[in-house]
Amino acid sequence: MKVTVSKKFACTILAVTALFLIASCGNGEVDQQAAGSDQGDTEASLSGELNIVGSTTVQPLAELLAEGFEAMNPDLRIYVQGGGSSMGVRCAADGSADLGMASRDVKQSEMEETPELVVHTIARDGIAIVTEPGVGVGELTPEQVCDIFAGTITNWSEIGGPDMVITVVAREEGSGTRAAFEDMIMADDALITSGAILQSSNGAVRTTVAVTPGSIAFLSFGYLDETTVPIAIGGYLPTEENAAAGTYRIVRPLSMITLGTPEGATAAWLEFIMSADGQAIIASEGYLPIS
Amino acid sequence: MNRKQATETVVKTVFMVSALTSILIVLLIGVFTLREALPAFREIGVGKLLTGTVWRPGQGQYGILAMIAGSGLVTLGSVILGVPLALGCAIFLSEIAPPGVKAIVRPSIELLAGIPSVVYGLFGMVILVPFVRSLGVPGNTGFGLLSASIVLAMMILPTIASVAEYAIRSVPQGFREASLAMGATRWETMRRVILPSARSGIMSAIVLGLGRALGETIAMIMVIGNSVIVPAALNDNPLTIFLSRARTLTGNIAVEINYATGLHESALFATGVVLFALIMIMNSSARMLIGRKKWEKKR
Repeated sequence: MKVTVSKKFACTILAVTALFLIASCGNGEVDQQAAGSDQGDTEASLSGELNIVGSTTVQPLAELLAEGFEAMNPDLRIYVQGGGSSMGVRCAADGSADLGMASRDVKQSEMEETPELVVHTIARDGIAIVTEPGVGVGELTPEQVCDIFAGTITNWSEIGGPDMVITVVAREEGSGTRAAFEDMIMADDALITSGAILQSSNGAVRTTVAVTPGSIAFLSFGYLDETTVPIAIGGYLPTEENAAAGTYRIVRPLSMITLGTPEGATAAWLEFIMSADGQAIIASEGYLPIS
Repeated sequence: MNRKQATETVVKTVFMVSALTSILIVLLIGVFTLREALPAFREIGVGKLLTGTVWRPGQGQYGILAMIAGSGLVTLGSVILGVPLALGCAIFLSEIAPPGVKAIVRPSIELLAGIPSVVYGLFGMVILVPFVRSLGVPGNTGFGLLSASIVLAMMILPTIASVAEYAIRSVPQGFREASLAMGATRWETMRRVILPSARSGIMSAIVLGLGRALGETIAMIMVIGNSVIVPAALNDNPLTIFLSRARTLTGNIAVEINYATGLHESALFATGVVLFALIMIMNSSARMLIGRKKWEKKR
């Protein structure tokens, strides 16, 4: 009796181990196949596949658009992958992806490295400056925002607010939202103070600002709600209307990047995004459409 | 007989393979992390990386001393707060508590171990941080080492308490009886006989807790503020260093790896190598400590 029990036990362990081995081997093969087809010609027709890599801000938008485009072209597969704006630009430049996604402008250094890059702006996203509700300052100039984030202005009383220490909340180094904010607000030699509280997502930034007295942060438009108070910059509140009218200036482009002029499926995909259907999907997600 | 032997061999092999697999996994992770970190060590330099206090990947400055200090201080804080509590818990459970109380306290502590760390983080962010902020020292935002240490103390408590309780319970009943028969009080018995006999078990309980404290990531990110600054006292009172914001080694990796490329990514792997080394040093020194005590006892 004992023998059979232990035998059964051993068999089970063996079976499980074998399953794991088979499963891991299987994965390896799939990976290799995928890697192989990456290098294949994907632009020939609408029955191939499109690989899109880059910004995690654009990623959910691209996934939604891909659903719509795949419904129109049942034989086409679209693979959307994150990794950040820098990775998007790099993958487009070295051809490892058909399209790169970026939530910031392509840097000059990147353009110099690969002059063939073509940037297709598909939507725009505003960045709002918000404070904790208790601060009570409703308007700032871009220069004041820069000084606050650089740590030069450290108390709200210096800019007409209550006597309250300013706590700067920001995203981590490398975030596209942070890069776009630095690009548009921070002066060339100004850096976000190292004393800033850093959170790794828009959601965490919002929660932190909501509970920390005297705090200020930047947030993507999609994350604005009643827990934080948006600040008017140069007299204009961060609203979709003001951003569309061009009076609210802290707006960044969301882009698809190709190596050279797009052809075939890539061109059709970009056409779809710029069509009324594509732009409607973008607007429904709270981003600013282009047309 | 033959079949019995065959089964024995099969089972032995299976277990040996499992043991070897775990070694292989550690080796693979170690080698991979080191390989990815090599460019950072080469281009930045080990000394500059370890002693630099400025971390601005955008400007090509990579120094992780602030993170080493952050991890060290928050671990120290959690040990100061958590270890006495956990040991008290263990002693109470093994020596003092009547069975009825034990039946409630022990499952509660075990439940504490099962709470996901993100929930601890949320609790810290919404309850503890505002509480710490109310201490009212200028520059104190609530986010910082104290909040993080309290959260971490709660997280290592169940690990240390249950392992230590097991160690104390394993002290032979005869030791207690002998000590009490010599006229020692219960407190004297506990302090002079039981705790010294259970020392190595208690030490490993603390080391396990330390390992968890050093490795904890998500809860730390949520309450420590993640600022890259070497923690410093906010005013004349040196204790206010615990109100300072900081960043842990684990937090550094988790916060930035999503977007990192090139040298930045490599520098994050180097952070991982440092963490790896710290945990290895801690584990082996604890093992040495435990080993030496045993050897002394034998003499």
